[in-house]
Amino acid sequence: MWNYTDKLMDHFKNPRNVGVLEEPDGVGEVGSLACGDALRLMFKLDAEGRIADVKFQTFGCASAIASSSALTEMIKGKTLEEAQQITNRDIAEFLGGLPDQKMHCSVMGRDALLAAIDNYRKGTPPDEKVDSDIVCQCFGVTRLEIERAIEENNLETVAEVTNYTKAGGGCGGCVDDIQAILDEVKAARPAPEPEKTPPRRRLTTLQKIKLIEETIEREIRPALQKDGGDVELIDIEGNRVVVSLRGTCSTCLVSQVTLKKLVEAKLREFVSDELRVEQADGEEEVA
Amino acid sequence: MNVYLDNNATTMVAPEVFAAMQPFFGEFYGNPSSMHRFGGQVGRHVDRARQQVADLLGAEPDEIIFTAGGSEGDNLAIKGALEAMKSGRRHIITTRVEHPAVRVTCRWLRDHGFRLTEIPVDREGTLDMERLEEALTPDTALVSVMWANNETGVVFPIEHIARLAKARGIVVHTDAVQAAGKLPIDLKQVPVDLLTISGHKLHAPKGVGALYVRRGTRITPQIHGGHQEGGKRAGTENVPGIVGLGRAAELAAETMAEENDRVRALRDRLEQGLLQNCAGAQVNGRNRLPNTLNISFEFIEGESILLMLDEVGVAASSGSACSSGSLEPSHVLRAMGVPFTLAHGSVRFSLSRYNTEQEIDHVIEHMPGIVTRLREISPFVGGAAAWAGKSTCNV
Ligand SMILES: Cc1ncc(COP(=O)(O)O)c(C=O)c1O
Repeated sequence: MWNYTDKLMDHFKNPRNVGVLEEPDGVGEVGSLACGDALRLMFKLDAEGRIADVKFQTFGCASAIASSSALTEMIKGKTLEEAQQITNRDIAEFLGGLPDQKMHCSVMGRDALLAAIDNYRKGTPPDEKVDSDIVCQCFGVTRLEIERAIEENNLETVAEVTNYTKAGGGCGGCVDDIQAILDEVKAARPAPEPEKTPPRRRLTTLQKIKLIEETIEREIRPALQKDGGDVELIDIEGNRVVVSLRGTCSTCLVSQVTLKKLVEAKLREFVSDELRVEQADGEEEVA
Repeated sequence: MNVYLDNNATTMVAPEVFAAMQPFFGEFYGNPSSMHRFGGQVGRHVDRARQQVADLLGAEPDEIIFTAGGSEGDNLAIKGALEAMKSGRRHIITTRVEHPAVRVTCRWLRDHGFRLTEIPVDREGTLDMERLEEALTPDTALVSVMWANNETGVVFPIEHIARLAKARGIVVHTDAVQAAGKLPIDLKQVPVDLLTISGHKLHAPKGVGALYVRRGTRITPQIHGGHQEGGKRAGTENVPGIVGLGRAAELAAETMAEENDRVRALRDRLEQGLLQNCAGAQVNGRNRLPNTLNISFEFIEGESILLMLDEVGVAASSGSACSSGSLEPSHVLRAMGVPFTLAHGSVRFSLSRYNTEQEIDHVIEHMPGIVTRLREISPFVGGAAAWAGKSTCNV
């Protein structure tokens, strides 16, 4: 039995905004009977361009019905620009979380919303999926849908992609293709630490001091403070940088050593390879 | 009201079975292999259980090997028989609707040097006997066909299949986990070599079962170690479980004829009640076990139905993709070619001798409302059928 939250069960048993709208401004349809879940979402805008009314119909399991219901509550009163910002993760969070294997229900909600907005803007029914874009033949999942799920949810593995999009969950014939997409998206992702070209030119003493100060402020201190630690610059003598360190456990030898190494590594990366970090005199190195 | 209609998944331990087992958690804790009275007493009860199981099947006690359940029995039968075979035959025949304990085992063997034929079924779940007969070749080593299907309850003609295969010197296994206790089984009439049963499907506890091995049929143990179970299955016996299985087998043999008529009448009442009160409903499978009703409701999804049934205290199961945690509907319904409009909305009600007429009427009373409510939410009811058809979903 699934571990559904009370909120999810409430939206399943008492779904909000079920039904159809007369003359809707936008309609989005995703999924199909064959795939086991499907959602039709429609909205009407008010004079200010806000979503005045929204209705849905869903075929699917409890989490699909609840995700649809949640989505309608979330977008009411929003402009299309605001509504567009809603991610599948937001829908899942609104419900207090979804089981991993059910994340595709939240993705379906978000896709229906985007399709409905698209339909409103273009004034035409959403384009049929072109066969060549489809990666997973079993569930008719396109490359774009897979890429979007990977990017927005930081997916790492094929199994995760299957949980979020269903792709790969049928015959399994496309798992290599999904892996290839994962690799591509990952390669295109900006490196976690945007590579700032470390200035390797000769620095004047003043420039060096300024750069060390900046690096400590920008790169080191926030990281330490997050864990309750801190660092203070005491002195700079040539390539010798003296700092006062406070770890989460200020008297632990290990943490002091690790901290020192961390500070040194960052300063060497951003300022100069030749820097040596030392702790201020009088500070206890050993407990 | 709590109504348990999921007896093909597992059953309640019968009070008589529980009572029979209890002393073996207390006073009678000896190891049946031991050379003292603690062991000897217990050993006699294991022997008795073996006789009771043999009697249910029309077998001899020395043809019964106790196991840890249906999955182990299936694995031991299939792998054990193939490993012991000296003929060099490399072909296995099974069906497309087996329980994973057989299906996955056979597919694993296919990946390890055997050829595998999976015989299809038709829209009503009936096995294609022509295809089966064609598939029997001089290279065929083993035929494994279930006696009754766990999802639909469809019963296969095991006696006929066994005769065809035996005439060609082929070893025959049948997974009778769902049939045992629900259908009369007489292994003096039905010439299968190997037959699996599982305790928890016939009111004995989980984690105990038995494999029937006809005298003269060779199998290689899959659990090596001590000499228990005639050297075919090592490990100190699960004495309480075995005693429980024995008592459950005895109860089943005593009550089957009478209880099955009653269960069948209740099942038919449920079936008629649902078909009459719910539009767009259809029964899956023909020639079924007396206790099983697999019924599909158009345009709605099984997991949602189950959760709404749970709200009114009714326990059942579904072949829908969502309810299983997989993304595809049941392989059994797909093998039968049940259309998607129906496959995702399938519900399996499986009864036992403990169900009552009031319970059945409770389901008949609540089901139409559940179907109506979910159809009100569904986008496919009324006017949207065109959309339902244009997808690329191929599963
Ligand atoms: C037909 C069939 N075979 C095998 C099994 C497996 O039995 P067990 O759960 O005892 O391993 C089951 C039950 O799940 C079954 O229904």
